[in-house]
Amino acid sequence: MLEVSHITKSFGGRQVLTDVSFTVSPGRLTGFVGGNGAGKTTTMRIILGVLSADSGSVSLGGERLDADSRRLFGYMPEERGLYPKMRVLEQVVYLARLHGLSAREATANATALLEQLGLGERLNDAVETLSLGNQQRAQIAAALVHEPRVLVLDEPFSGLDPMAVEVVLTVLKQRAAMGVPVLFSSHQLDIVERLCDDVVVIADGIIRAAGPREKLREEHSRNVTELLLDGDTGWVRDMPGVTVLDFDGGYALFEAEDEAARQRVLNQALCHGAVVDFARQRPSLTEIFTEVVR
Amino acid sequence: MSTTTNTRPAKTSGPTLQQVTALVAGREITMRLRSKSFLISTAILLLGVLASVVIGGFQSQQGVDRITVAVVGSAERAVADSEALEAQSVGTEDEARELVRSGEVEAAVVPDNSADNGTGVLVIADDAPPVDVVQALSLTPPVELLDDSAESPFLAYLVALAFGLVFFMSAMTFGATIAQSVVEEKQTRVVEILMSTVPVRALLAGKVIGNSVLAFGQIALIAVIATIGLLVTEQTPLLSAVGPAVLWFVVFFLFGFVLLAALFAATASLVSRQEDVGAVTSPVTMLVMIPYFLVILFNDNSTVLGIMSYVPFSAPVGMPMRLFLGEAQWWEPIASLLILLATTAVTIVIGSRIYSNSLLRMGGRVKLMDALRGR
Repeated sequence: MLEVSHITKSFGGRQVLTDVSFTVSPGRLTGFVGGNGAGKTTTMRIILGVLSADSGSVSLGGERLDADSRRLFGYMPEERGLYPKMRVLEQVVYLARLHGLSAREATANATALLEQLGLGERLNDAVETLSLGNQQRAQIAAALVHEPRVLVLDEPFSGLDPMAVEVVLTVLKQRAAMGVPVLFSSHQLDIVERLCDDVVVIADGIIRAAGPREKLREEHSRNVTELLLDGDTGWVRDMPGVTVLDFDGGYALFEAEDEAARQRVLNQALCHGAVVDFARQRPSLTEIFTEVVR
Repeated sequence: MSTTTNTRPAKTSGPTLQQVTALVAGREITMRLRSKSFLISTAILLLGVLASVVIGGFQSQQGVDRITVAVVGSAERAVADSEALEAQSVGTEDEARELVRSGEVEAAVVPDNSADNGTGVLVIADDAPPVDVVQALSLTPPVELLDDSAESPFLAYLVALAFGLVFFMSAMTFGATIAQSVVEEKQTRVVEILMSTVPVRALLAGKVIGNSVLAFGQIALIAVIATIGLLVTEQTPLLSAVGPAVLWFVVFFLFGFVLLAALFAATASLVSRQEDVGAVTSPVTMLVMIPYFLVILFNDNSTVLGIMSYVPFSAPVGMPMRLFLGEAQWWEPIASLLILLATTAVTIVIGSRIYSNSLLRMGGRVKLMDALRGR
């Protein structure tokens, strides 16, 4: 487990991270969401040791990280970049060798990975001749080529078309299934909602919410129920212990003060006609996000 | 899912600092050697060196061409003693005059036994006194030089120009290369991946070593080609005069360039765009240009050369120059080299601090004091 504890960082008197703590569990995809300038990139840079924190620590499996353990991390920075004049394979092999792989291992890993990411035809082309989407795939290969024990990816899906998103997602899920903790940031909340097991929300350098996605949705759901009836739903407004949030002919969205009130609505609904739908509504990640960062 | 089973995880023991540095240096060298413009400019430089040595040798041999003169009778003996003259015997004085008039010979030398002519010969020329012929026939007293080892001022100037120019060009070429390479990594943002993978000092060391190897290789190649050129054109006296100075030059250049390379890398890391490299590295460029101008202007001023030979930035030019002129004691190059080494070591420490503090600062130019303080 990757553990970030009580990280504080300021740049020239401006506090950018305040007591940031969260964990990334092995085998799970953890989404790191927050607005622009919320502190996502700074946090990731501190995890990777590219920046140093003013206080606090980052540990893996209970041991504080040092240069040697960070070598086993895979990192994809927000600021993309590879050497434009180097060939794709050569570039990924070079980075693998900097991580300590032998020339033979590096070439084998890089070739397999680039082929899996759909760049098998472009291995010997210069990076600068690739389209931006393909450069992005090469970048992901660069982060994965040394079979990292931990993956930290800053906005890995930005700039990818939906097909490429699926390819990259498959690769990331494979790593997670192998027991690798995967942390990735994104401002595309729908992607995070769909992909992530755990979510960490940051705003103004403070962690606003963290935990398993479903648990967060549970915690932030306000006992709101959606009722779809084959008939008019105007009567719901007159039920005790119920507040109607939205109403339109046979559709009503109401918040019940307790489960008994909810059940009373259901009983009443059955008397008014066929119940098409009666479902508790849980908030989307976007709703939780706007709520917690407010 | 099976597609990744053939990839292997990294070994638990990481690569050593030396291995990483070697990888970085190797990449610098490979990418440079792949650049066509670099290969072409190196070839032109080497051809230029070879051409100047060969042409120089050719011209110095032409100087001993002999002058043809017509001789009559007993005058032939006087001409035969002179190495500079080629005698062409003719029967009579009139025939000799005819040859001079037609321009076939430079002059004619005929016997003259008149009382007021102590030399016994008369030189006949067309319209002006033939100074070279007269000089060749004259008796010159032997000359003793008090300072036998001193080189001629003209040769000293040429050697100064050669040292100055080669140092200037190599330092500028590879200094600019290292500066561009630093900014390329910032501009393309690849630097963040590198920083998260390897220690920054390995990154800097690899760059400096890679480019120093290339610069040193080029200098060594120039030295070898110049030596071969001098040997082939049989200019061995010049070679033995210049040889030791050239060897010292190569040694001084190696460490002097590492010093400049660290400065180029550190200053270049302050900016994020190739367009800004020129402006930010201009103080370092001045450090390269000043020794070049000084050695050309003051190669006959032993005070200036003396100071130059101890100042680390100009020592690679100044000390070999003094060695060539025979002005330096045997221990002086060693003392100067130690000063250079110490300066280089300090510069690398400060330079790597600036470098590592500036790498992640994109956008505007980082202030030098901020980079030093690391804020």
